[in-house]
Amino acid sequence: MSEKLLEVKNLRTEFKRDKSWVTAVNHVSFSINRGEILGLVGESGCGKSVTSLSIMRLLATRNSKISEGEVLINSRDLLQINKKAMCKVRGREIAMIFQEPMNSLNPCMRIGRQLTEAILLHNEISKEAAASRAYDVLKAVGIPEPNMTLKSYPHQLSGGMCQRVMIAMAMSCEPELLIADEPTTALDVTIQAQILELMEEIREKRNTGILLITHDLGVVAEMCSRVVVMYAGRIVEEKPVKELFECPQHPYTQGLIESVPKLGSNMTSLPSIPGSVPDLAVMPKGCKFAPRCKFAMEICREQEPSLEATDETGTRRCRCHLLHTDRQEVTSV
Amino acid sequence: MSEALVSVKNVVKTFPVNKGLFAKKKFVHAVNDVSFEIMPGETFSLVGESGCGKSTTGRLIDHLLTPDAGEIWFEGKEISRISQNEMRPLRSDIQMIFQDPYGSLNPRMKVQDLIGEPLLIHTNMSGGERLKKVHGLLEVVGLSPAHGERYPHEFSGGQRQRIGIARALTVNPKLIIADEPVSALDVSIQAQVLNLLQKLQKDYDLTYLFISHDLSVVEMISDRIAVMYLGTIVETAPKRELYSNPRHPYTRALLSAVPVPDPGRKKKRIILEGDLPSTTNLPDGCLFHTRCPYCTDKCRKERPMARTIGEGHIVKCHYNNKM
Repeated sequence: MSEKLLEVKNLRTEFKRDKSWVTAVNHVSFSINRGEILGLVGESGCGKSVTSLSIMRLLATRNSKISEGEVLINSRDLLQINKKAMCKVRGREIAMIFQEPMNSLNPCMRIGRQLTEAILLHNEISKEAAASRAYDVLKAVGIPEPNMTLKSYPHQLSGGMCQRVMIAMAMSCEPELLIADEPTTALDVTIQAQILELMEEIREKRNTGILLITHDLGVVAEMCSRVVVMYAGRIVEEKPVKELFECPQHPYTQGLIESVPKLGSNMTSLPSIPGSVPDLAVMPKGCKFAPRCKFAMEICREQEPSLEATDETGTRRCRCHLLHTDRQEVTSV
Repeated sequence: MSEALVSVKNVVKTFPVNKGLFAKKKFVHAVNDVSFEIMPGETFSLVGESGCGKSTTGRLIDHLLTPDAGEIWFEGKEISRISQNEMRPLRSDIQMIFQDPYGSLNPRMKVQDLIGEPLLIHTNMSGGERLKKVHGLLEVVGLSPAHGERYPHEFSGGQRQRIGIARALTVNPKLIIADEPVSALDVSIQAQVLNLLQKLQKDYDLTYLFISHDLSVVEMISDRIAVMYLGTIVETAPKRELYSNPRHPYTRALLSAVPVPDPGRKKKRIILEGDLPSTTNLPDGCLFHTRCPYCTDKCRKERPMARTIGEGHIVKCHYNNKM
């Protein structure tokens, strides 16, 4: 049994909108083991990024709050510790890679200084030692001329190079958990392939746990061992990756997988999910997916199903009333 | 052989970049000697990574840009250097759908005015007739006539893209240039819009020039595909041929880099080293030689010519038969 690195329990995050609070993340629980890549999938607005920002406590307290839940890393609750202690955790225990590498680096600072800044903050070493460490991490992420890169500014690098620098920065203090929020979405496919390869290598070498947030099911299939699917701020299904693609249980997961065009499948039309994601402020009453679900029943519109474990160990979960009844396609909704 | 609707011949487009008053003038070589033909009723796709010149090519055909050299023929007429006035009647034949459904709709106009605007310019319809046509179009793209009274911000991304499509359809175009029409959308919505585009093609006899970076989307929608790299087309082939028998090393790498949503299928990715070379300073010889795993001395010195190696299959590589 591998040990749990991160455990998120009943996380609930709310945002202020027009003087009322809307829930962006609702009772989300999952865990990541060491050396494991967990995929967090969903469409835009489903709360994947908010979940990761909540774990890192990077949300502005002015208009948002984490109202419930625990985030346990090494059995310590990150939501209970003070700001100063949290700064020690960021970078050291959990590091994050963001979607837009160009916008996540400071444009007025040379790469070298940005990298050593993080290293000096977390380690009591000399500037020279930090600089050589920065050189090493850049080399490790496959940057051809680290010395040149250390001296350049972010705008002088391409998108793929910036993302490598971001990964180097994240890995510089050897964190136990890496959160990658859409790390390759802004990149071209050939560069994406390079970055994915690099992340896989890091995981293998250092036994880092990775939370990979993405909307691209192709990336998930190639990288992750387990997947959590989110819809409208809730987890709707969790499964090992192979089972998820072979026998998705939740109608949303099924629709999502079907609607991705697959290379080499010779398809000419795609099954699609009708309608669009509900607004956070005006959520449907029962199951949040019911208005778009072709199997929706009476009970789906009245009562929200709970997230139930579908095996003994609790690693497979699904939130759907259909688990208890035979499904019948409803044509007119 | 039927006549091509659009034919692009050896088109070149460069943009000047000024670096200081006394600096040597530099140019971005956006499109480099691009030639292709689009047959009526087909979907022709341009694929490639960012900065490869696919959007510039689309804009050249739509006369939003003028080429530095080369010719663009539309229905037997050379259109690349005609004036705006001469172009105006042709604009109703060539319409464009843009990538960003948020940025391409005027936020201060009602949807029905947005969709009806082309009719104001190209026809003498009365207000009532226009509105009737707009309502019809809204239904065609899967919205309701009541949506016409609303403003763009009240719609989701997928709905906005539908509005963009309705606007392109108003003047009964022959050619629609769709520049990354689904890349800003979520997968479930992307499927809806792709299906709609295919249905409309059948119903209205449309020809599409589809510009995209997503090879799986392109495979679904196209008849013929051209792969672009650094402003030039490296391979053109019918869909099935391109995906089953890619001949250019760049096409192969590109195809192998696409993540496939099937965890059982573990394939070997061809990882290309390095980044795209800068377009201000193009490499000598074959444009792809800096990243090509099979690069030889000949590739470094000599630029390969386009060669036809099968029916409709054109490749720009010295070694198209030996790999």
